[in-house]
Amino acid sequence: MRAYRALLRLYPLSFRAEYGEEMAAIFARRLRDTAAPAARASLWIGVAWETLASALAVHLDILRQDLRYTVRALSRAKGFAVTAIAMVALGVAANTATFAVTDFVLLRPLPFPSADRLVSLWQSVRDYSRLELSPANYRDWTQAATSFQQVGAYTDASLTLVGQGDPIRLEGTAVTASLFPTLEVTPSLGRAFTAGEDAPGATPTVVLSDRVWRTVFGADEGVIGRAVVLNDRPHTVIGVMGPNFSFPTSQAGLWVPLAFDEGAYSDRTNTYLRAVARLRPQASVAGARAEMGLIADRFARQFKDNDRTGATVNTLHDDLSRQSRAMVLALSAAAFCLLLIACANLANLLLSRGLSRRQELAVRAAMGAGRERLVRQLATESLVLGAIGGGLGILLAAVTVPLIARLVPATMPTAATPAIDLRVLLFAVVLTVVTALAFGLAPVMRGGGAADVRALGHGARTVGGRHWLRGALVIGEVVASLVLLVVTGLLMRALWTIQATDPGFRPADVVTMRTTLPWPKYASMAKRADFYARVLEQVRAVPGVSSAGYISFLPMVMRGGIWKVEVEGQPVEPRDQPAVSLRFVTPGFFESLGIPLHAGRDVRDADTLTAQPVAIVSDSFAQRTWPGQDPLGRRITVAFKQRTVVGVAGSVRVRGLERSSEPQVYLPNQQIDDGWMPFYAPQDLVVRTSAPLDQIVPAVRAIIHAVDPLQPIASVRPMTAIVDAETAPRAVQVRVLAGFAIVAFLLAAIGIHGVLAFAVSQRTAEIGVRIALGAPRRHIIAMVMRQGLGLVAAALIPGLAIAYGAALALQSLLVGVTPGDLPTFAAATATIVVMACAGTLLPTLRAVRVDPVTAIRGV
Amino acid sequence: MTTEEAGALLPLPPVTFHILIALADEDRHGYAIMREVAERTSGALKLGAGTLYRSIQRMLEQGLIVETSTRPSPDQDDERRRYYRMTPFGREVARAEAGRLAQVLKLVRASSLAPGKA
Repeated sequence: MRAYRALLRLYPLSFRAEYGEEMAAIFARRLRDTAAPAARASLWIGVAWETLASALAVHLDILRQDLRYTVRALSRAKGFAVTAIAMVALGVAANTATFAVTDFVLLRPLPFPSADRLVSLWQSVRDYSRLELSPANYRDWTQAATSFQQVGAYTDASLTLVGQGDPIRLEGTAVTASLFPTLEVTPSLGRAFTAGEDAPGATPTVVLSDRVWRTVFGADEGVIGRAVVLNDRPHTVIGVMGPNFSFPTSQAGLWVPLAFDEGAYSDRTNTYLRAVARLRPQASVAGARAEMGLIADRFARQFKDNDRTGATVNTLHDDLSRQSRAMVLALSAAAFCLLLIACANLANLLLSRGLSRRQELAVRAAMGAGRERLVRQLATESLVLGAIGGGLGILLAAVTVPLIARLVPATMPTAATPAIDLRVLLFAVVLTVVTALAFGLAPVMRGGGAADVRALGHGARTVGGRHWLRGALVIGEVVASLVLLVVTGLLMRALWTIQATDPGFRPADVVTMRTTLPWPKYASMAKRADFYARVLEQVRAVPGVSSAGYISFLPMVMRGGIWKVEVEGQPVEPRDQPAVSLRFVTPGFFESLGIPLHAGRDVRDADTLTAQPVAIVSDSFAQRTWPGQDPLGRRITVAFKQRTVVGVAGSVRVRGLERSSEPQVYLPNQQIDDGWMPFYAPQDLVVRTSAPLDQIVPAVRAIIHAVDPLQPIASVRPMTAIVDAETAPRAVQVRVLAGFAIVAFLLAAIGIHGVLAFAVSQRTAEIGVRIALGAPRRHIIAMVMRQGLGLVAAALIPGLAIAYGAALALQSLLVGVTPGDLPTFAAATATIVVMACAGTLLPTLRAVRVDPVTAIRGV
Repeated sequence: MTTEEAGALLPLPPVTFHILIALADEDRHGYAIMREVAERTSGALKLGAGTLYRSIQRMLEQGLIVETSTRPSPDQDDERRRYYRMTPFGREVARAEAGRLAQVLKLVRASSLAPGKA
């Protein structure tokens, strides 16, 4: 019998209380009537099955009933329903959208098998913890290391593809044959590189990305085995990677083998390799770090040009910039604040509703509905509100995700973008249910008691001690919105500061494009000079063009290209020589980009190999190297030659608006020997023009095509786009945060208004008496205002303290703004006070308009 | 209770209809209803306790039956038991359902589906 009673527990409590005894009696009787063990067994099985099925049916009956009741109750309280649904929708939308991005950037593993065992390997010197490796160090370090199962190296290699329509510039990566096995990825079509294919002199091969395979080769499976011409050399296509694979960045288009000839190992300062390693199953990152530290030390002592070079080992995931991390985390925290505010409002709303429904609930309790049925009914109501709100929130999130997906750094090695997938959906559903239940049931647990029959007699006028809870909820809301306002304000000021930073050039009215001259076709300097001269001459003749010039790499597009400079008369150890950002330029470059020449002259067509080698240095270089002296005529040795300074240009923010840059040194494009420094050959064309983009670009394209029909053109962009891209992630973040802050602000205002309106309605009689007794209206106003502003005052100290803490945590994002920035804090506080006054306004007016006669009669 | 309301409940779930038939002539308690239904259907319909009381609960809400306070002769009574009685509305609904089924049967007889026909 005990087993049967346990089975009965499957029924809802109300049903069990009503019929449990009867059912138990019937079962006892049937048990008595059945003696044979086999018959008893079959009775048990039958009863168990029947109980299960009918218990489920009873539960569904109740659910149907509750849903019907809920629809009736909510359609009677439309305002309440709409407000509650909107709160849930906003909270869920903000958190789901941010979670989709946070999960994508920070939580989920990179899309490689056992991605947690993948680490990146870097060289480090004094100020730089992540420098590329030299081939020699790569070879020696990885041979000596025991922590790694496999290691692969790679370096950028943009490649020109001809023979598929117009010549195309593709973001390529040269990889060792060991790279794909290290990542444990295989092509979806064909095969990856084999061990011999990355040896010098091997037949050139290429693996395509899914994107290039689809866009350039029309997803033709017959492409495998075909020869395509890359940088003037035929390469055999051996494989196509899967659609989700992209390495090392989300832009990767194709992969070619990376070969080292003997010469590559001779110079340990020639650093250009990036390396990724897979840890052995037992090895830890810390262990690998320690081992690589020892190995790097050994080789640093052994080779003079490796002096003080250490090793850095990071997990591949940690290599993502700290800034992206901080931004995504700040956004998550802000979304969570918003959810808390929405929840507090929801709880307040339900508390008020719970109070106004006390009579209704008490009536139902008196009519025999058990506490369980009431709680169940209210839970159904909350879940219905939650489900509608959550559903809307998820839709809203799906619309928002692509907007904030721009916070995903382009350096993420995946072709995927964040989206609302099953995982995010699950998060949203859990969030919704927790929100709905926690805040739907909290008031119920106190108000839904069956014993609360007293409410029948008293009506809803007895307020009791729940007032402090409502006050506390509002204080919480104000704290959260104050924190959001301060953080948004600080980040906005940081954004403005950065946007106001002088880049050192005038980006307006400048169009840029890249024509990387392929080698060996353009290994001859004269051939390149001829190309530049012909292109520039014709481009300058285009109507609307005021000047044009070429440079190795545009500022902000390429931040590296750093060389050591030996200054005549200032002998120092090689490692203490000033490092500069080195560029080759054609005449007209400075004028085109709008970099002022402060002294001396521009480079000239006459600055050839036969003329005196010259250089133009930046203000910053001149001031640092020859403080207070005339830099013109001084001599420096850089790029294999001693050169005379003939001009001083304004300093440029090569490394972007947020970081300090090395001083710059510019060399004439013709003063370099044939075949030297191919990497530095000018490739970025800069055109200053008043004509619109869609007129100038076709004209320039036609000119380049006429000069060399096989020359591809890539990255056509106005210079302003390049500068804006600097601040784009920040701008997106600030916009999203501002959106959150505005919503939070409104919600908090609604919260204050709700609490005060309720308080006033509760005190109507008291206010009536006061007015009747002759209290001046301003006393009444002061009384209500005091209550509202009191809540805000209580929130200010903790709010400001938490905001300051949040600002400290975000310090890495606060460029040019201190975490305790007084104007921001003052503005946020003032905004909150204004909000409080606004929220207090309506209830105050209502209090003042109280008619003493009706108010007192209502007691 | 009006005829319209009775019509709104049709067609009745078979279990409900059988319970009403079992209560047509006398008030019965749960176990007696179960036995009566089984007997009348020659064992074809055996109600489980859960199904029975779920139906009873709904029928009480619909006003088809009521719990009675008058008990049959004391020697048969088990005072722990609850007895159920068909209401006039229940009787009306049962009649309406019977009429509906008769109508259906008439249709069947006129068709080739009738038992005995080819």
